[in-house]
Amino acid sequence: MAPVGLQHYLLVSLALFCLGLFCVLTRRNAIGVLMGIELILNAAAINYVAVSRYGAGSFDGDVYAIFIIMLAAAESAIGLAVVLGIYRRIRGVDVSRMTSLQG
Amino acid sequence: MVEHAVDTVAVSSSLRWICLLPAIGAAINLIFGLRIQRSIGRLAVAVLGSGMSLAAFAIVVMNFLTLKGMAPESRLLTDHLFTWMNIGALDVAIAYQFDPLSAVMCLVITGIGSLIHIYSYGYMDHEPALWRFFGLLNLFMFSMLTLVLGENVLLMFVGWEGVGLCSWGLIGFWHSDHNNTTAANKAFLVNRVGDFAFICGTFIVFWTLVAEGHGTLVFREMAGVVQHLDGHTLWGIPVATLATLLLFIGATGKSAQIPLYVWLPDAMAGPTPVSALIHAATMVTAGVYMIGRMNFLFSMAPDTLQIIAFVGATTALMAASIGLTQFDIKKVLAYSTVSQLGYMFLAMGVGAYAAGIFHLVTHAFFKACLFLGSGSVIHAMHHEQDMRRMGGLRRYMPITFWTFFISTLAIAGLPPLAGFFSKDEILWKAFLSNPILWGIGACAAFMTAFYMFRQVFMTFFGEIRADHHTVEHLHESSAPMTMPLVILAFGAITVGWLGIPHALGGNNLFEHWLEPVFAASHIDAHGKGGAHATAAGAHGDAHAKSGAHGQAGTHAEAAPDSHGKGGTHGDPAHGEVSHGEGVVGGEHHDLTTEYLLMGVSIGLASLGILLAYLMYSANRLNPDSFARIGGGLPYRLSYNKYYVDEVYNALFVRGAIRLSRGLAWFDAKVVDGIVNLTATITHAASAFNGAFDKYVVDGLVNFTANTFDRAGGALRLVQTGSINAYLYVILIGVTLTLLANAW
Repeated sequence: MAPVGLQHYLLVSLALFCLGLFCVLTRRNAIGVLMGIELILNAAAINYVAVSRYGAGSFDGDVYAIFIIMLAAAESAIGLAVVLGIYRRIRGVDVSRMTSLQG
Repeated sequence: MVEHAVDTVAVSSSLRWICLLPAIGAAINLIFGLRIQRSIGRLAVAVLGSGMSLAAFAIVVMNFLTLKGMAPESRLLTDHLFTWMNIGALDVAIAYQFDPLSAVMCLVITGIGSLIHIYSYGYMDHEPALWRFFGLLNLFMFSMLTLVLGENVLLMFVGWEGVGLCSWGLIGFWHSDHNNTTAANKAFLVNRVGDFAFICGTFIVFWTLVAEGHGTLVFREMAGVVQHLDGHTLWGIPVATLATLLLFIGATGKSAQIPLYVWLPDAMAGPTPVSALIHAATMVTAGVYMIGRMNFLFSMAPDTLQIIAFVGATTALMAASIGLTQFDIKKVLAYSTVSQLGYMFLAMGVGAYAAGIFHLVTHAFFKACLFLGSGSVIHAMHHEQDMRRMGGLRRYMPITFWTFFISTLAIAGLPPLAGFFSKDEILWKAFLSNPILWGIGACAAFMTAFYMFRQVFMTFFGEIRADHHTVEHLHESSAPMTMPLVILAFGAITVGWLGIPHALGGNNLFEHWLEPVFAASHIDAHGKGGAHATAAGAHGDAHAKSGAHGQAGTHAEAAPDSHGKGGTHGDPAHGEVSHGEGVVGGEHHDLTTEYLLMGVSIGLASLGILLAYLMYSANRLNPDSFARIGGGLPYRLSYNKYYVDEVYNALFVRGAIRLSRGLAWFDAKVVDGIVNLTATITHAASAFNGAFDKYVVDGLVNFTANTFDRAGGALRLVQTGSINAYLYVILIGVTLTLLANAW
């Protein structure tokens, strides 16, 4: 059993990304979609931290991770506000019904 | 610019008011007349018009008395208002001058004019547009007074045009009748022909004087420099002759002489007071006055004078012969006016300017009286003008009859009435110039006596031939109409006494009064033509004559500067004309001749009256048998006015109309055609342009738009609006990009 290395982190990150992507693509609930996006962002953050720890030898990756966490917080706040607005409009949060932006 | 000093001339600032008062009256009546007439009454309009005229008369009299108190040589009043225009050599002022000639004219115009104003109030008693009538009458007075008072040719021309305009307005006063407006237009257009010649003549004189460095249009300055015209020619004709001929053509238009007299008989279409005003006091006298005013110029052109004399004599005879056969009471008077004007021009032509003006004055009185009398008759007869339906009117209208009768005696030339003295003066001067002229004049005098008494007999004597209804309403006219008649008839008797010739023991006051005006000109009364201006021979002759009789000698001294003007002065005729015929060479047989001629003309007049009496009152002679003389041709010629109107129609009017039609055709077809062609071409070009714009330019624009529209239409299908679908697309896109990078 090899020690935990960069590869493992990347695999976890990949799994997390795929789960997030699957969640975003399949969920019809807008909240679910937002949660999927959180997963994807966290996968990206893990990537940054891992590469920073094993590769570059600097704290740039950690800084980006902190940015991403902050960004995710802001994104979910705005996202929830948007979802709340949509809910008021169409009495629901089903993304398949949100087609008013079509051309 | 002219050496003549004007600062010595007496100034009278009241002169402007002679002109301005009638102008103000005209302005008030023409602008506010209708309101005045409605709110205050007809009398107010009449009083305003007549009052302005009478006030002008009063000012004239005042100035006349001033003038009379001055020394004869310096009798001149001026009134300078302002400079009208000053362009290069042309320096024209609005300024008036009042000399003996202007004084005479102004007295006649305002005096007789005022009487006609008063008469009009009675005559136009049913006229709704009385205000317009009085406004135009006043305007007429203003124009005529400007004409005679103006101190330069241009101001005279303003009045000259003004009377033409006013005559147009007054002849066509009853403009709802087409005949009246036609007559008015005819008068105006015929006058225009003369006016054009007049202004041309003025130009020629002015520019020749400018070339000599003496450019001026002021009469008294022109008199001093006009000798510079000598030696100038234009188109081979001496300038003086050409200019005076053109001016004379102008005079024939205004004063109704051959060939431009045709407007005057038609002008009878106007109301009768207008006829009186035009024919007695104003307008027709303008031509005579103009020649009198420019006598210094005309005296330089003996050829023109000859022509004037013959035209005048011929007009006198021809018009008189037409008058013989007319039945319209006013037409007879119209032709008699033309005829009498002919006498005046005859006088002017033989250099007897004073005699011409004298006849103008006496004629003004008796002709105004005759016209107003005929107006009184027409008014009483309910606008019947045919003498064949009159007769016996003397019982119904005694005042009209007596005044008419007196004036008829005056025009027929019986002593001691006014017409005798003035007409005989002219005939005598004509005889001295050329016995043929005298013969023509005497013939005309005989005819005048005949047709005037024919008129009196047909109108006032015998049995009345009007219908019963008219007879019932016959009455003497009202006081405003009869009062002027009486005054004018009184004038027709007495005015002639102002000019009793020396031969009859008078001293010809009238001629002496006008002497300062005409003294400066050098008249060749004998019509010798060549003798005029031919230097030394005549000169010596003059001195010999002046030795023989003192009067001519004094005269030569009175105008000593004239000796320097090149031999034209000193001609014996000068002395004779200025001082009356009693001094002709001191030869007594001339006096005898004069008495003889007087006798002949009285005899001719009496013969005419007798003939008229036999034909139309005593019925001893049948007029019809006279009408058949010569196969009736002379009668038909006379009755139809020698077909002059028809000839003019054929020669000028029809030609002018045809020319106008041709020009109208040219205008309609060619000029309009070109315009229309341009329009069509523009239209076609525009249509092409429009099509190009629509199909090519717009087509390209639309094609672009359509392309984008269709492309958009296709692409919008991609935009499903489904977020999931977008996410799939993103996923696929990212994957493909990554794969592509990997390769």
